Amino acid sequence: MPLKLLNNVIFQSIFLMSLLIVVGVFIPNWLVFVITKAIAYGLVGLGIITLMRGGLVSFGQGFVFGIGGYTAGLLGTQAGLTDAMLLLFISFLFTGFIGLIIAPLLARYRDIFFAMLSLACSMVLYGILIKIDAIGGSDGFVLPESTYFGISPSPEYADYILYVVSILMTGVVSILLRYYYNSTPGLIALAVRENELRVEYLGSSAFNVTVLNFTIAAGLGGMGGALNGIALGHIDPEFTYWTTSGEFVFISILAGYLSVPAVFLAALLLELVRSFSGRYFPDTWQLILGVFLILSIIFIPSGIGSFFKQFFDKFKNK
Amino acid sequence: MIDEILTIILDGAIYASWLFIVALGLTFVFGVLKILNIAHGGIYALGAYSTATLVPIFYSLGMPDQLVILTMLVSALAVAIVITPIMERGILRRFYGQDEVLIVLVTYAIYLVLEDVQKLIWGMNSLYVYEPRELLGALELGSLYYVGYDLALIGLAIFCGLLLWLVLNKTKSGKIVLAVIHNPEISGCMGVNINKVYLAAFFVGAFLAALAGSFTAPLISVQVGISVAVVIESFAVVIIGGLGSIPGAVIGALIIGMARAACVHKLPEAEIFIMYFCMAGMLIFRPKGLFQGTQARKI
Repeated sequence: MPLKLLNNVIFQSIFLMSLLIVVGVFIPNWLVFVITKAIAYGLVGLGIITLMRGGLVSFGQGFVFGIGGYTAGLLGTQAGLTDAMLLLFISFLFTGFIGLIIAPLLARYRDIFFAMLSLACSMVLYGILIKIDAIGGSDGFVLPESTYFGISPSPEYADYILYVVSILMTGVVSILLRYYYNSTPGLIALAVRENELRVEYLGSSAFNVTVLNFTIAAGLGGMGGALNGIALGHIDPEFTYWTTSGEFVFISILAGYLSVPAVFLAALLLELVRSFSGRYFPDTWQLILGVFLILSIIFIPSGIGSFFKQFFDKFKNK
Repeated sequence: MIDEILTIILDGAIYASWLFIVALGLTFVFGVLKILNIAHGGIYALGAYSTATLVPIFYSLGMPDQLVILTMLVSALAVAIVITPIMERGILRRFYGQDEVLIVLVTYAIYLVLEDVQKLIWGMNSLYVYEPRELLGALELGSLYYVGYDLALIGLAIFCGLLLWLVLNKTKSGKIVLAVIHNPEISGCMGVNINKVYLAAFFVGAFLAALAGSFTAPLISVQVGISVAVVIESFAVVIIGGLGSIPGAVIGALIIGMARAACVHKLPEAEIFIMYFCMAGMLIFRPKGLFQGTQARKI
């Protein structure tokens, strides 16, 4: 990627991150929490976007979401590790590692078969988790209060600090990911999406690119799961359930695979719709969510990211 | 020992038969419309609910008991008649020809809507309709007792499968459907009204889902959340058998039904994920399922 473009991306990201951090001081606490959750979901969505660039959609990202969450939770309760940043980072690495192990198995499949096999993985994990009573079974367990560099913040600031930490870490991840998308394997992924066989004829390995993408997606999903667990302060097998995975797919379809910030915007939209309908229509929030999904797929089939791209393309032409 | 094996086989066959009826609709809809319909489970639940509503009304009218089967058929038919135009004409038609995964997501959204519609119409309480199950009495097999109704379900499943297979392969309209499955564009050029075929196929699929629901209603307590398990299990069946294949659905349902019954009797802890193991195992050796032909790769 040209240096100028990279500098641009870094500049824009830092601007966006500082803006969000400043805004966070003025918005009410519940919104801070909603945004933190949206970031957690957005990270998983970002993973699916990475796969989507290679033409695959995983219907089982709950698998890595759950592994990340449980990694953070078990490290917190069993090993006494409560530093939020460290937990996020370890979950990222560990889940990425798990992804690397199962990726060669999944990378042979395409289309709906890939989606279904990843779904099977997540549901096997769900089945195992609700059976292990030592870690709470279907009730899950409560995470200890998280600390930052050894300091545990007072309760009224805890949400805001987690918010800042998640924005910083997500910002770094997004910049790295943008760089990866424009690197050789990142661009090969787009070619795989278009025509896998030709990529192979030209001497690149579609398999390797898919494995790499899946590993990255797993790491991101794990980080999202850990962040979600820390933000909620509680974790249960619902993390790995297929309806959770469905929400991640929705986020990535709503965002489209063209833009990184669009993913977080989509995740925020979903969280807002969910919180509002959960608050004002507690009995029918699924109905509202479903109608929202259908309408957004009908009216923005190629995702919010396509608006962004059109906007920036116009901007460049001027 | 023999008793135990017989129990597993019969339990497995009963379980497999309702699973097959659900999966048959799912795989047929996929075959014709190329839609993997998550909302299929929602239609199943609607079938169960409508039976749980209509059967008590039927009994309050004081008709002869045997006609209750007819009531259950009517309730399944009613669900299919109401749901098909809304789903197929209203929503899904806009997405034909688009990415498969996008359509899966649309049906997931419809599934969410149906979940809440059930709650809105029937509330959160469980409904029970055990009466039809007593209709056929009990059967004694050696030292085992089986409810006649349960065994009749196996017959119903065989009947549904055979009927669909015969209609598809031996009648003119069935051959038209096969032509559309094979190539909708060319069939359209030959004068086939594809939209009509799609509508009819979706209707058949929805009816089978509702039928499975209404005939399972006497076996279970009809309550919120019965559709969730159905979605995943019928998906596993069609993935094992190969998407769009009727013989595949038979084999898939039998594999899952037997594996589950064996688990329930021998290893209850594994019951929840045995079907995922079956599905994953099958996909490792036959990536496209048992009955999926090879496809030419696009160069």
